Amino acid sequence: MSRLRGFIRSNARNPNAIAYALMLVAALFYPAIVQFANGGNGDYLVGLAADGGVYVLMAIGLNVVVGFAGLLDLGYAAFFAIGSYTYAEVASYHLGVTPIGHALHVPFWLALFVGMFIAAVAGALLGAPTLRLRGDYLAIVTLGFGEIVPIVFRNGGIWTGGVPGISALDQPTLPGWIQGPWIGQALAWVPDFRLNSGNLTAYYVLMMVLIALSVVIVHNLYNSRLGRAWMAVREDETAAAASGVNTVSIKLLAFSIGAATSGFAGAFYGAKLSYVSSENFGFTVSVTVLAMVVLGGMGNIPGAMLGGFVLYFILYWLLPNAPQQVESLTTAVGLGSLNAATPGGWPGIATEVANSKFLIFGLILVGIMLLRPQGLLPSQVRKQELTHSAHEAVAAPRQLQ
Amino acid sequence: MAAAVQRLRTNVLATPTASLVNLVGILLVVVALLATVQRVYQGGATYFFETVGFGLAEGAIFALVALGYTMVYGIIELINFAHGDVFTLGAFFSAALMGTFGLDEGKSSGAEIILPLLGLFLVTMLFCALVNITIERVAYRPLRNAPRLAPLITAIGMSSLLEGVMFLWKGPFNLHYPNLLPSQQIPLGGDVTISAKAVFVIVAAVILMIALTLFINRSKLGKAMRATAQDRDAAQLMGININRTIAATFFIGAALAGAGGIIYGLYYNSYAAFDGFQYGLYAFTAAVFGGIGNIPGAAIGGFVIGLVFAISDGYFVAAWTIPLVFGILIFVLVFRPTGLLGMRVPEK
Repeated sequence: MSRLRGFIRSNARNPNAIAYALMLVAALFYPAIVQFANGGNGDYLVGLAADGGVYVLMAIGLNVVVGFAGLLDLGYAAFFAIGSYTYAEVASYHLGVTPIGHALHVPFWLALFVGMFIAAVAGALLGAPTLRLRGDYLAIVTLGFGEIVPIVFRNGGIWTGGVPGISALDQPTLPGWIQGPWIGQALAWVPDFRLNSGNLTAYYVLMMVLIALSVVIVHNLYNSRLGRAWMAVREDETAAAASGVNTVSIKLLAFSIGAATSGFAGAFYGAKLSYVSSENFGFTVSVTVLAMVVLGGMGNIPGAMLGGFVLYFILYWLLPNAPQQVESLTTAVGLGSLNAATPGGWPGIATEVANSKFLIFGLILVGIMLLRPQGLLPSQVRKQELTHSAHEAVAAPRQLQ
Repeated sequence: MAAAVQRLRTNVLATPTASLVNLVGILLVVVALLATVQRVYQGGATYFFETVGFGLAEGAIFALVALGYTMVYGIIELINFAHGDVFTLGAFFSAALMGTFGLDEGKSSGAEIILPLLGLFLVTMLFCALVNITIERVAYRPLRNAPRLAPLITAIGMSSLLEGVMFLWKGPFNLHYPNLLPSQQIPLGGDVTISAKAVFVIVAAVILMIALTLFINRSKLGKAMRATAQDRDAAQLMGININRTIAATFFIGAALAGAGGIIYGLYYNSYAAFDGFQYGLYAFTAAVFGGIGNIPGAAIGGFVIGLVFAISDGYFVAAWTIPLVFGILIFVLVFRPTGLLGMRVPEK
């Protein structure tokens, strides 16, 4: 007990520990709160959080590439697409339609790792010839790769389902699941459980467990010899190489681990949606995940997660719901006349707000970045490094080689 | 002795790998060129010149946009994602001002449109330039000493903001841009022709590029820009006002993008709020292709990318054009990491 108290006391002032604790509590109680607040109809919001988890997972992975190793990746969605499409090929009826003529139904858990592995291989193949490039050229190569991959999937014809993509992917399965009164059923053990759109809570729980696992893995990587090598490469590549760090293989590892995480998230995403299409993997996805990492605090795992949650919330809950909310607000304050469209050109407040979503999103991005240039939850190690000596701080803007 | 061994290693062991890699690269280029030549030969001269004219016109617009990217990157090492949207803003603003300048699709035939068109160019360029220096002042300057990626995110935010403004203004759809240019074909001998529109686009773009080159190489402010790009701290010690110089770079880049917006509208007779971002990515590719930070490189890169677009669309499968363009980009960076004209800079 005293050990526990000591643990709490020593971490009470550590923002990362607080953030982890708060996120754990929030993740545990979120489904219950949402269901209660919506009178038992909160399934949609629980599913939304599970989708958000996919982005958080990607943010954790991109944080390894951008935050730890200092490599700017502008085509991260490509690996997400590769993971998704790999899952779609190996776990659906689709291969039966192709000239192979024989559908594969790899079990869900295996297929997740197939997607992850293929994405990691793609990352290594792209990284091997290009990681020797100076930082921004690498960014451009990844940007190009991110543009190429979705179009290749779109042009893939029968192999990738073309423009409509591939649908009816195999649903995830679990060896067992506990049912209970919280979803309005009797307490029971369900063997050989199938996840589908009827039990979004199961998706949510699965997603949170996967996030927790990847946080543990990435956290341990960060504190390992490899993690220190990443930091050394990020701060000064020449000095790191001179100290015996094999910079090329270190960078390649960061790049592949990031790609693997993205592929893993992509496979899960494909399985949950039971559908993949090249439209879902454009440059906007890459940029959104990058914004999550930078906004949350580069190089800090809980920071990247926080950025992921915040941006996902803004993009997929706040902006879609804003028109309705503003409409009820105007009604409440007695400006209800603004709600209706007038022939003079005023389209009604709801339409106007809906049309402003790009504007609002831009303002939010710029606003947060100007207010907190270091991110919402910056890395303490990095902060120390930056404030340690004055000329270090001056050199900081160019550290991303 | 150790030095001699080292020299032996670099000369004898390292070179064959490097030359093998280069050999593979050269082989791929030769194969691609042969395939192109064969298709061009089958297509005939008329079609070829039509395609080249189209490619050069498109390339001229790419080049105008690419110049802004390359200048901004050269001076503050920022990929200014909002630049493509400033370009679209040029098309929006000029389309809205058409009536004010007395320009109208119906009566645009002869020399009487030259002066109003010139005025339209000047006002639009000024407007875009002012918008861009405002963006720089608000979103980039406060973050100059922040972590490197912070301004990149505000650039994305500013891009979204500009798109949002244009979306609110005219919606997301394709809009018609007034068709002011004569649409006849100019004969070049035989049955080879080039469209008058393409000639206009290329001439206008080349004039602007020559003006820019003269400005950068001859004027005092241009000299200050080159100095700031080379070493900001040293330039400041020499009495150069860094903030003003960077603002001037944004001003000029956006003026060129604004002109590019008008030219784009006049050439394609169509514009839309979300055109600019994707177009900006191609222009950025052109800038990298020529060697980012290098002004003649961006111009050449623009024309090369335009030609690749036109030839791929005209002779190969149009659906694969974009993968081809970005594939060439990756290829160039792998085999010539600093672009066509870029210089090898020592790593800091």
